[in-house]
Amino acid sequence: MELTNYLVLSAILFSIGAATVLLRRNAIIVFMGIELMLNASNLAFVTFARMHGDLTGQVIAFFVMVVAAAEVVVGLAIIVSIFRTRRSASVDDANLLKN
Amino acid sequence: MVSGGEAVLFWCVAPLMVLAALGLVFARKAVHATLCVVFVMICLAVLYVAQEAPFLGIVQVVVYTGAVMMLFLFVIMLVGVDASDSLVETIKGQRLAGWLFGLGLGAVLVGVITRVAFPEGVGLAAANAETNPVGLARILFSDFVFDLEVVGILLVTAALAALTLTHKARLTPRVGQKEMADARVLGGKSLVPLPAPGVYAQRNAMDVPALDPHGQPIEASVSRVLRVRGQERGAPLENELPILTELKQSTQTPTGPVRPAVERLVEPQAEPPVEPLVEPQAPLPAQEQSPRTTEEER
Amino acid sequence: MIDAAWLLIAIPLLGAAVLLLAGRRSNAWGHWLGVATSGASFVVAALVLVALLGRDASDRVVDVNLFDWIDAGPLTVEAGLRIDPLSLTFVLLVTFVGTLIHVYSVAYMEHDADRRRFFAYLNLFVAAMLLLVLADSYLLLFVGWEGVGLASYLLIGFWNHVPANATAAKKAFIVNRVADVGMIVALMLMFNTFGALDFSTVLTEAPGISDEGTLTAIALMLLVAACGKSAQFPLQSWLGDAMAGPTPVSALIHAATMVTAGVYLVVRSGPIFTGAPDALLVTAIIGAITLLFGAIVGCAKDDIKKALAASTMSQIGYMMLAAGLGPIGYAFAIFHLITHGFFKAGMFLGAGSVMHGMDDDVNMRHYGALSKFMKITWVTFGLGWLAILGIPPFSGFWSKDKIIESAFAAGEGHGWQPWVFGMVALVGAGITAFYMSRLFFMTFYGDKRWTKDLSDGSELPVRHPHESPALMTWPMIILAVGSAGLGGVLAIGGGFTTWLEPVTGHVAHHDPVLPIPVIVVTTIVLVLIGAFLAWRQYAASAVPLTPPHGTPLTRAARVDLYQDAVNENLFMRPGQYLTRSLVYLDKRVVDGAFMGLAGMLALIGAGVKRMQNGFVRSYAAMMLAGFLVLVVVVLFVWN
Repeated sequence: MELTNYLVLSAILFSIGAATVLLRRNAIIVFMGIELMLNASNLAFVTFARMHGDLTGQVIAFFVMVVAAAEVVVGLAIIVSIFRTRRSASVDDANLLKN
Repeated sequence: MVSGGEAVLFWCVAPLMVLAALGLVFARKAVHATLCVVFVMICLAVLYVAQEAPFLGIVQVVVYTGAVMMLFLFVIMLVGVDASDSLVETIKGQRLAGWLFGLGLGAVLVGVITRVAFPEGVGLAAANAETNPVGLARILFSDFVFDLEVVGILLVTAALAALTLTHKARLTPRVGQKEMADARVLGGKSLVPLPAPGVYAQRNAMDVPALDPHGQPIEASVSRVLRVRGQERGAPLENELPILTELKQSTQTPTGPVRPAVERLVEPQAEPPVEPLVEPQAPLPAQEQSPRTTEEER
Repeated sequence: MIDAAWLLIAIPLLGAAVLLLAGRRSNAWGHWLGVATSGASFVVAALVLVALLGRDASDRVVDVNLFDWIDAGPLTVEAGLRIDPLSLTFVLLVTFVGTLIHVYSVAYMEHDADRRRFFAYLNLFVAAMLLLVLADSYLLLFVGWEGVGLASYLLIGFWNHVPANATAAKKAFIVNRVADVGMIVALMLMFNTFGALDFSTVLTEAPGISDEGTLTAIALMLLVAACGKSAQFPLQSWLGDAMAGPTPVSALIHAATMVTAGVYLVVRSGPIFTGAPDALLVTAIIGAITLLFGAIVGCAKDDIKKALAASTMSQIGYMMLAAGLGPIGYAFAIFHLITHGFFKAGMFLGAGSVMHGMDDDVNMRHYGALSKFMKITWVTFGLGWLAILGIPPFSGFWSKDKIIESAFAAGEGHGWQPWVFGMVALVGAGITAFYMSRLFFMTFYGDKRWTKDLSDGSELPVRHPHESPALMTWPMIILAVGSAGLGGVLAIGGGFTTWLEPVTGHVAHHDPVLPIPVIVVTTIVLVLIGAFLAWRQYAASAVPLTPPHGTPLTRAARVDLYQDAVNENLFMRPGQYLTRSLVYLDKRVVDGAFMGLAGMLALIGAGVKRMQNGFVRSYAAMMLAGFLVLVVVVLFVWN
């Protein structure tokens, strides 16, 4: 087995996350798709760190986590406030920005 | 580079992760999707530890599984846990595009990864000589110290943003217990609790209206929610209770005969028929009547 | 006192400002304010005259600097006034005749609701005209030039509720704008040649310019400007229509002062014209053509004001001819201008008085035998008539005879010029006598072609002629005195030409090709013949109420010798076609290209709009698609 397997796993997880974003309408699930993509990239970072024997990859993964945490806080706050006003968490309902 | 144990671990964990991740795409309920993702996160933490990144593994569990995903769960509860997500696609071509691009992306990425010749893995034994957290900290607080400060500011800003975004400005005066009571009096609603089933009640189920002294069902005694849902059950049939008939005869209301409760049984749906507690009343008068005539004939 | 010359302009300007800004509040006293400002200006002018007379003849050109006006790099213009015999002559004429006409207008416009506005415009005109003649640079002159144009426009269209009047005002304005182009080009050429626009520089340096072509160009451009303002051929068409304005306006602006501004411009630019003999010749030719043109038109007009307007045109033609003769004619041009200002203004006021008495009827065929009913008007008009005929010893004789003599001395007495110009001037005098006598006899003599009431069953128009009030007759009387005597007084010992010498320069006398007594006698004989013909036709015999068919020349003269038709066919219609085709071009080609481009963009937008459906997931799909394409391109195409 090679380290490449981790990368393939990362790519698959990333693709699934992307597909989630495209396919699901519930804003929370879409958001989780994004989280999945971030985590997939983190796995790639960690694997590359191991591959190159350099801890910087792990540091980057750490930063990704922190930034993702901040993003989750704000994103969920937005979802909650949208839900409050529109009684819906579907991303398709918020489509005023068009034409 | 990769030990046999790690390979076993990987091959055990990776398919499960992919399955769980697919659960995110297919799960009808948001809670299930969240739980799938939690599983993926935990598996990732395991893989991190296996990949000589124990610090990140712990952080993954604490931050992602413990904080972020729990926050997701909170929000799902807040938004409505029972709202299952319809999987019917409304945007034309979106489903096709989603699948096409998702699979295409996976194919391209996997293709790239498998075709590229990566260097031989070095391993982190040297870098983790002083344990992994120390190694990380050396980099973090030297090369990336400025970035760390910026990220700190970002976190504080995000926290403030969340407060601001979810803050609801009070547009109307606060409604407390006193205000609600006042409104109730002013609104002319019933001040007392809703009527209890009453003396003549045969049931005390929530979906059966109470009976008033005339034997008439009191509609308000059934919860509004049940009535709206159409789950209200009818009051017992008038002729179920002989005593009621007698009572009715003895206390005729001045406004004329009371509407029989039977008419109120408007439930069209199949409902378990009300089991009469006593024998049907109808034959009774006939039985009583015939002996009386015979006595007169005699 | 000369330093206070700015008051000349400031006082009437202030009057105009007060009258225009005060509005209806000044209706009660506004006309008297107008008279007062004009009169005050005349008083100042008289004081300046006294001050100037107190100086040596060689010291009579005074420049009064007012303020720095324009300081734009190489172009530096100071606003200043030039007080010299020429400008002061004009100032006196404008303020004196102007004041008389102001007084006259008080009565003439008495029943007009807008009398105050009328006086405001008159004041504005006086101020602008004074600025025109007093300016010490061509640029400041141009300001006054435009100012009088504006006042003229406003006053011609004073009764602009009648569309014809508004059209006449517009016509005058537009023709004057054509002339202004000449003025502006002349200004540019001057700046290019001399680097300055003030008289002292330009006129001093002009004789030193060796390039005659430049001087000719400047002179011709100035001549274009002068032709427009003075209604000279070929820009004369507006003057007849300008009679749509109230009669005092016709008297002041379109007879005595503004229309002579072109002559002033030519005489003022004397050094330039002297340096460009070709331009001088053109000036003389234009003057000669206009002289005959106006005289012929005047013979056919039945409208008393239009006949007078044609006469004005013709007389200014005399002045232009004189100015075109060069230095020998400059002084005579101004001399005739002054006497003409008096007798023509007097006759216009007389015509106004006749109209006043004849219910604003201007058709002379409805007049006749008015001498019995309007005695003062008859006498004053008669003095003006004698003056314009050139009967000795009335004013016109002294000035016009000099011009005819000079015309016979044109081109220093050699070649064809003296004969042609001399004969034109001579014949013009005869025709003038005919049409002015025709006008005079048709109005005041013959049988009356009107009736006081219809009781006797006649079909003649009903008129109630009466003499005008004193406020109208006194200005006429004063002007008539001037018409009678001013020429003789000024001509004593060549006094007027000597007075103008600081400006026009001293000129050696040239002998005409004919002996002077012969010219004088011939002129008088021709004038008498003309007058006799008019008497025989219009006083001794009956005048038909409707004009007879007439000869082709008469019919042509009635429509101003087809000048409007020529203008319309030569300039207006091609211009209209040009603008129409340009509009078509603009709409089809320019707009078409532009709108086509815009339409194409709109179509593309309408197509792309579908992609902007507002669904975040669609956008995400597009992003991903783009990302995918990018990755594929980078990996597989570039490698």
